[in-house]
Amino acid sequence: MRSTRTPRKYAAVALMATAALLLAACGSSGSSSGKSATGKITLTWWSNANANPLLGVFQKLMKSYHAAHPNISFDYVPIQNEQYDTKIQVALQGNNAPDVFFQRGGGFMATQVKSGEIKNLTPYVSSWIGELGSQAQAWQINGAQYGVPYDLHTVGFWYRKDLFAKAGISTPPATMPELEADITKLKAAHIVPIAVGSKDQWPDAFYYDYFAVRECSVSTLQAAIKNVTANAPCFAKAGSDLKAFMATSPFQPGFLNTPAQTGAGSSAGMVAAGKAAMELQGDWDPSVFQALVSKGQWQSDTTDLGWFGFPAVPGAPGNATALLGGSDGNSCSNNAPEPACADFLQYLDSASSQQLIVGASLLPANPAAASAVSLSADQQVLQASKASSFTQEYLDLAWPTNVGTALDSAVATFFAKPTTTSPSSIVSAINQAAAQQ
Amino acid sequence: MTELKGATAAAGSPAAAVAPSSSRSVRPGRLRRPGRQATELIVLLGPALVLFAVFVLLPICIAAYYGMFNWTGYGPLSDFTGVHNYKLVLQDPVFRSSLLHNLIIAVLSLLIQLPISIAIALLLNRKMRGGSFLRMAVFAPYVVSQATTAVLWLLLLQPDGFVDQLLKAVGLGGLVQQWLANPTSVLYTMFVVLTWQFIGFGVILLLAGLQGIPAELREAAAIDGASSWQTTRRITLPLLGPTIRIWIFLSMIGSLQVFDLVWIMTLGGPANASSTMVTYMIFFGFHSLEFGYGSAAAVILFVISFVLAFLYQRFVLRRDTDGALTRAVG
Repeated sequence: MRSTRTPRKYAAVALMATAALLLAACGSSGSSSGKSATGKITLTWWSNANANPLLGVFQKLMKSYHAAHPNISFDYVPIQNEQYDTKIQVALQGNNAPDVFFQRGGGFMATQVKSGEIKNLTPYVSSWIGELGSQAQAWQINGAQYGVPYDLHTVGFWYRKDLFAKAGISTPPATMPELEADITKLKAAHIVPIAVGSKDQWPDAFYYDYFAVRECSVSTLQAAIKNVTANAPCFAKAGSDLKAFMATSPFQPGFLNTPAQTGAGSSAGMVAAGKAAMELQGDWDPSVFQALVSKGQWQSDTTDLGWFGFPAVPGAPGNATALLGGSDGNSCSNNAPEPACADFLQYLDSASSQQLIVGASLLPANPAAASAVSLSADQQVLQASKASSFTQEYLDLAWPTNVGTALDSAVATFFAKPTTTSPSSIVSAINQAAAQQ
Repeated sequence: MTELKGATAAAGSPAAAVAPSSSRSVRPGRLRRPGRQATELIVLLGPALVLFAVFVLLPICIAAYYGMFNWTGYGPLSDFTGVHNYKLVLQDPVFRSSLLHNLIIAVLSLLIQLPISIAIALLLNRKMRGGSFLRMAVFAPYVVSQATTAVLWLLLLQPDGFVDQLLKAVGLGGLVQQWLANPTSVLYTMFVVLTWQFIGFGVILLLAGLQGIPAELREAAAIDGASSWQTTRRITLPLLGPTIRIWIFLSMIGSLQVFDLVWIMTLGGPANASSTMVTYMIFFGFHSLEFGYGSAAAVILFVISFVLAFLYQRFVLRRDTDGALTRAVG
C-alpha cells in the first residue's frame, strides 16, 4: 500500500514547480543592452526605417561606426512606422527599451519622458548640439536634451511635372484658388488631382494643420501648443477652410481606405506610379516613392518630381510662408551604455553621415550637409525651409499624444463625412481631449 | 418524445459529454479519505487554478484598477479618477456605435451565417462524389490566419480590383462601390469577409453534430412516409439543436471580439464606421496613450461579453449543460 505522504510530496513538488514557472515567467528579461566582460557592447536600435533607401543608409552607418569602434556592434530592429509607437510604448513601460530608439519629438517625446526611461543626453551632447541650429531645441524638455534629430522635415505638395503638363498646368499654384483651379484642370484631363492616405488618418491632419498655420498667427499657434487648447477662433476658421477645400473633391476614389505609404496602392504608390498628380506629404516622400517603384522607373521619374509649399489662403491673417514640419531623431534609454549611445547619435549627425542620409532623399539635420542635397525638388524644400520664418511642428505631435490622436481622428471623420460633419467638431474634439490632461 | 430525448443525448453534441451531477452519487468505487481527496485536488487543480488566477483573474482586476486612473501608460498611477473613465467610455458616441457594430455582426451572423452553415452542412452530410474535397474547401478559409485573410480581401476589394472586375464582367457593374471606403456599407463588407472566413467552422461543427444523429431515425421517418423536408424539419434540426446552440454561443462571443480583420482592413474607419469595441479600445487606449481610459473600455467589453455569455448559458444552454453550469437552478 502506498503511503499517503507520496501524493503530498507530489503536491509540494507540483506547487513548487508551478511557482518556479510563474517566477520565471514574471521575472524581468533584463536590459536589452549588452556589455560583456570583455568590453564588447551591442547597441540595440529600434527604428521605423524598415525599407531602402534609409534602411540601407543606416546599415552603412552602423557598419562604418563599428569599423571605427570595433568593440561596439549593433542589433538593428526595423519596425513598420504605424506599428512603432505601440511597440516602443510597451517596451518603455516594461523597462525593456532598446538602447537607441527612433523618436518623433514634440508631445510624443514629452509623454515618454514621464516614464523616466529616457536618458537625459545633455551632458553628452551639449558641446556640439548647437551645430544643428535652433531645431535641436525642439528636442529639449525644460532645457534638457532627450533626443537628437538626424533629419529635418517639411510638409508640402509633391507633384508630377509630367501630369501637370498633361493637364496644361505650367507653374505650381501659389494660392488656394489657383490650387482649386488646377484640381479642375487635372480632373478634366482624367487625372486624379491629389492622392491622400486617409486610412492612416495622420495625412488628413496635414491639411487641417496647414489651414490652421495659415489662419493663426505664430504667437497664437505657440500659445495654443503651450496651453493645449484650440479655443482661438482661427482653429475654427481652419475647419471652415478645410470644408471649402473638400468641396472640390480633390482626392482619389476610395481615398478613405487608402494607406499612406504601404504598398503600391498607397497614396505614395499612386504618385510614384503616375496614377495621381500630387500628394501633401513630408519631404521623406521621395524615399517612399523610390521604395515603391523599380529602380529604373524611379531614375526616370525623378526629373518629373516637383515640390511646392502649401498655398496661401487669401485673406488669412497667418503667415503665408510658414511651414509645417518637424524632424526625426533618436533617444537613448536609461539602460543604454554611455558614452556609446550618445556618441553614436553624434556620429549620425556628423557631416559625412548626414551626406549619406541626404542620399536617402531626406533633408539633413546638420546644415553642414545641405550642399549634398541633389534632388532639385529637395533643394526647393530646403530653400523654402530657409526662407520661412516659422515652422510649426505637426499639431498631432506637438500636442500631447491623446490630443494629437483626437485631432487625427476628428479630421479623419470630417474627411469621411465633409457635408454632414461640422468643421467645429475638430476644435471640440481637440478641446475635449485636452480637458482630460 | 422519450426517443427524441435519448437521441439528443446520443447526438454527439458537446453537451452529451457532460456528466450529470447526480451521477457522482451513484458512481461505484471505493470511498476516499477526505485528506487524500484534498491532496488530489491540490495536485491536479492547484497549478491550473494558480495559472487561471494569475493570467485571467488578476489581469481583469488590474485592468479594472487601471481604469480608475488618468494614466498615459508611463510613470506611476497617481491621478485617481474613480469611475470617470468608465462614464466617459459609456457616454462616448463612438463607443456606442462600436458596440452597435458588434451587435449588428452578431445578429447578421445569426440570420445569415447560421442558415448558410446549416444548408451547407446538410448538403455535405450526404454521400456524394467529392464530398471530402468540398468539406475541405469549405473549411479552408477558417484555417487561414485572419491577417492573411485581411490582406487577401484588401487586394480583392481594391478600387478596380478583382471583385469590381468580376462584377463588371458578369454585368453587375452597377453594384460596384468603394467597398472599404464607404462609411455606409463598410461594416457589411466586413461582414461578408467574416462570413467567408468563419462559415467553414460552423459547417464543420454542424457536420459533426449531423454525424451523431442515428441514420435509423431518418430511415424510420422515411418508412412512415415523411418527405425529405419533413425529416429535416422534424427530426434532423431538432436533434441538431445542441450543436446549433453551441455555434450561436461561439458566434456571439466571436462577434463581440472582432478585431484582427477590421484592424488590418480598415483600422475601424472610415469615420469609425467599422469600429468594434476592441478596435475602439486599441485606438483610444494604446494609440492615444490613454491606458486608464483604454483599460476602462476593456473592462466594459469584458462585462458586456461576460453578461451576455452568462445569460446565454443560463437560459439557452441550460438544457444542454444541465448539471454543469446550472445545477443550482436546474
